[in-house]
Amino acid sequence: MSAKTTNQRAWLLVAPVVVLVAFNAIIPLMTVVNYSVQETFGDNLFFFEGMKWFEEVLSSERFHASLLRQLQFTFIILAIEVPLGVAIALAMPRKGFWASVCLVLMAMPLLIPWNVVGAMWNIFALPDIGLLGKTLNAMGFDYNFTRQPFSAWATLIAMDVWHWTSLVVLLAYAGLSSIPDAYYQAARIDGASAWAVFRYIQLPKLKHVLTIAVLLRFMDSFNIYTEPFVLTGGGPGNSTTLLSLDLVKIALGQFDLGPAAAMSLIYFLIILLFSWIFYTLMTRGEAK
Amino acid sequence: MARIDLKGLRHSYLPNPTTDADYALKQVDLVWEDGGAYALLGPSGCGKTTLLNIISGLLCPSEGSILFDGVEVNDKSPEERQIAQVFQFPVVYDTMTVYDNLAFPLRNRGVPESQVDARVRAIADMTDLTDMLNNKAAGLTADGKQKISLGRGLVREDVNVVMFDEPLTVIDPHLKWKLRSKLKELHQRVRVTMIYVTHDQTEALTFADNVVVMHEGWVVQQGTPVELFERPGHTFVGHFIGSPGMNLMPCELADGGARVSGHQIDIARKIAQPKAGAKLELGVRPEFVTFVDPDRADGLPVDIVSVRDTGRNRIVETDFAGHKVRALVAEGMPVPERRAAIRFDPTYTQIYADSWIVE
Amino acid sequence: MSTRRTASFKWLVPFVYIVFLMLPIYWLLNMSFKTTNEILGTFSLFPQEFTLENYRAIFTDPTWYNGYINSLIYVCINTLISVTVALPAAYAFSRYRFLGDKHLFFWLLTNRMAPAAVFALPFFQLYSAMNLFDTHIAVALAHCLFNIPLAVWILEGFMSGVPKELDETAYIDGYPFWKFFTKIFLPTIAAGIGVAAFFCFMFSWVELLLAKTLTSVDAKPIAAVMTRTASSSGYELGLLAAAGTLTMVPGAIVIFFVRNYIAKGFALGRV
Repeated sequence: MSAKTTNQRAWLLVAPVVVLVAFNAIIPLMTVVNYSVQETFGDNLFFFEGMKWFEEVLSSERFHASLLRQLQFTFIILAIEVPLGVAIALAMPRKGFWASVCLVLMAMPLLIPWNVVGAMWNIFALPDIGLLGKTLNAMGFDYNFTRQPFSAWATLIAMDVWHWTSLVVLLAYAGLSSIPDAYYQAARIDGASAWAVFRYIQLPKLKHVLTIAVLLRFMDSFNIYTEPFVLTGGGPGNSTTLLSLDLVKIALGQFDLGPAAAMSLIYFLIILLFSWIFYTLMTRGEAK
Repeated sequence: MARIDLKGLRHSYLPNPTTDADYALKQVDLVWEDGGAYALLGPSGCGKTTLLNIISGLLCPSEGSILFDGVEVNDKSPEERQIAQVFQFPVVYDTMTVYDNLAFPLRNRGVPESQVDARVRAIADMTDLTDMLNNKAAGLTADGKQKISLGRGLVREDVNVVMFDEPLTVIDPHLKWKLRSKLKELHQRVRVTMIYVTHDQTEALTFADNVVVMHEGWVVQQGTPVELFERPGHTFVGHFIGSPGMNLMPCELADGGARVSGHQIDIARKIAQPKAGAKLELGVRPEFVTFVDPDRADGLPVDIVSVRDTGRNRIVETDFAGHKVRALVAEGMPVPERRAAIRFDPTYTQIYADSWIVE
Repeated sequence: MSTRRTASFKWLVPFVYIVFLMLPIYWLLNMSFKTTNEILGTFSLFPQEFTLENYRAIFTDPTWYNGYINSLIYVCINTLISVTVALPAAYAFSRYRFLGDKHLFFWLLTNRMAPAAVFALPFFQLYSAMNLFDTHIAVALAHCLFNIPLAVWILEGFMSGVPKELDETAYIDGYPFWKFFTKIFLPTIAAGIGVAAFFCFMFSWVELLLAKTLTSVDAKPIAAVMTRTASSSGYELGLLAAAGTLTMVPGAIVIFFVRNYIAKGFALGRV
């Protein structure tokens, strides 16, 4: 790799991106910050409240509960999707016609609008008309995701696994494709077992893409809104009310702008913090 | 340790090969004696890597058989064949230390740790890796990594053959020379069969006692470096080995010698009658073309076209009755100005019929 | 490679996974060909009274088909804007060092993490204040928030794979920068542009929260039409299923064209 040259005029090339993203990111973010420190009673009357909303949100049990649910959800789907995605990528044909077929079919769920994903799983899982619900009940399971929190959670997780595991598969497949044949040949000649091949050849090469996969899945699962909103609406009760759902309920449902804004900022900071931790942990020791 | 026989090997990457053109290996019959240092020489795409992968068991040949000490091993896996192979680009296990990399093939076979340690240290010593044994392999330079690959290839004592697939491609020129002598030295010490694949004639000729030259899926000649030089079995060997390559010109046979554009040329040995209708060519290396007195009766009249100085000697390009003939003139010897005559050394003048030597 | 053959059931893993992926899609497709009565009345794996009525309803009702047109319009505008502005930026990141480059890159990526729910209300106010509410351009601009960082990220990965010598040779040959960039550099990374466009298309197409917040009638996306119709006109499941099935079509077409590049897109991007 040749070294980059220092050139301050490069800012000209970056300027359009900065302007567009800043327009979309900074102005709304400032609006949120503004709300988060004020009280409103309608009629555009605002009063400065300082850190009040932050304190209120941070100490509210409701927030703790949704944050906990969110963390549970994210943890479970990461624990399922990442290993499953890697396993599927390992078992996939490496090239040729069947590899293309797999890629095209697997990418399908990624391109379906998120509310359609929710709606599709809703009619798939409904106990009276859905294939899944009907089958499970016929097999003797008591399954009804609109009434039982456990069924609701299971359905939500199955839906997310359905929706996003393919992303991990695609990434892992890309990582595996970049391993030259010579590595596998050398391993066979060295008498390496299948496990050793995975442990010493495939896993090290997957590290980079898996970092991306974990980060993306973490961010996106923390941001998830539309799919659970359509599938369960956060219910039954509040059992599947994740952070985003709760936030929208407060902001638009109750029009409590102050607490909603404070919560937004806390929420955003949590995502940034976790992403940063993941990133540092996973790339540690990779420095040249 | 084993003697390796290849009998009637043919290989095609296509599922249903029909013509010769479909085969990457057209016909290979070879014997590699136990403990020899062999080179497999040929340009890219001549089938040498295919042949190597067939011997190591990474590929199963379409036809023919591979025998190790007389036992057919066609269906045996690379592990079962007890072979080692070093690839063109370094293959190292990045997450392991240099030590663990070298120990890997031994540990996979359940060798006791005390023996592993002795062996790894011995190999590290041979390949100059002792100082880095505890470093992570990922941090090494390309030639450091390739040394690990070489070391892994040599670490097992029970191998039948060690194969090198253009192992010095990524190595800096000055280290190339060093590693090549190292390999030669290693071979003399361990006396295991080694097969060295390369497209570089210098590498092949300096490493091997016996060189196999391949061209378009055929083995065109097997012999010592001297044999390849003095008596190329195929016109391809003639121009692939040597710099510049062999002079070739169409000819016909007459009076126990050859005739080129009406000039009689002597040939030292008696040659067989070639197949009727074959395309006949006369070949002589520039090293065996000398300038003679233009008035001598057996001199072949030529025009000098150009003279190129290569340092040690000069390459003189001449025009002999419309054929380009190059002569090598040693430093300090005179080169005639314009009108000149040349002579081919009859001992080293060969006749080729359809590119193959006429015995 | 025709290595030694061992009986392997490895193919079962992707096979079972694909079956799992296809089941809900099959059910949606199945329902889209049923009448609402049949959906609610009988349970069957295949439509008993096969009907195209649901699709006919969509193709004849302007609120429905305009939904598709609206979605496609803002998705295409967004893809165009995102890729166009990301190209020079990605070039700058891959070739030059400049004041604050690393921080800027990280800041861009943080926007990929921003929860849409956080921005929904401020976006509504911002775009209303600018008189852009309920226009295609509003949604297209809003989606730039997460698509531009992604496009920069992917393109930077591809561009870093192009040796710098290419640029230098062009300068020596006397090419002006813009000419080199459009005539030589862009064709070299055509695959990367395709991949970036694919991901922009994908994320803009599947997003609903912002698209719904920023539109009411004129630019309403198909996904939003679906939610409204489902709630206002009762439980018309067949119609919903047909509309849902149709939303998969553009994606399927796009995937087919980029199937050989999808995997590469992320592999070459850097964190």
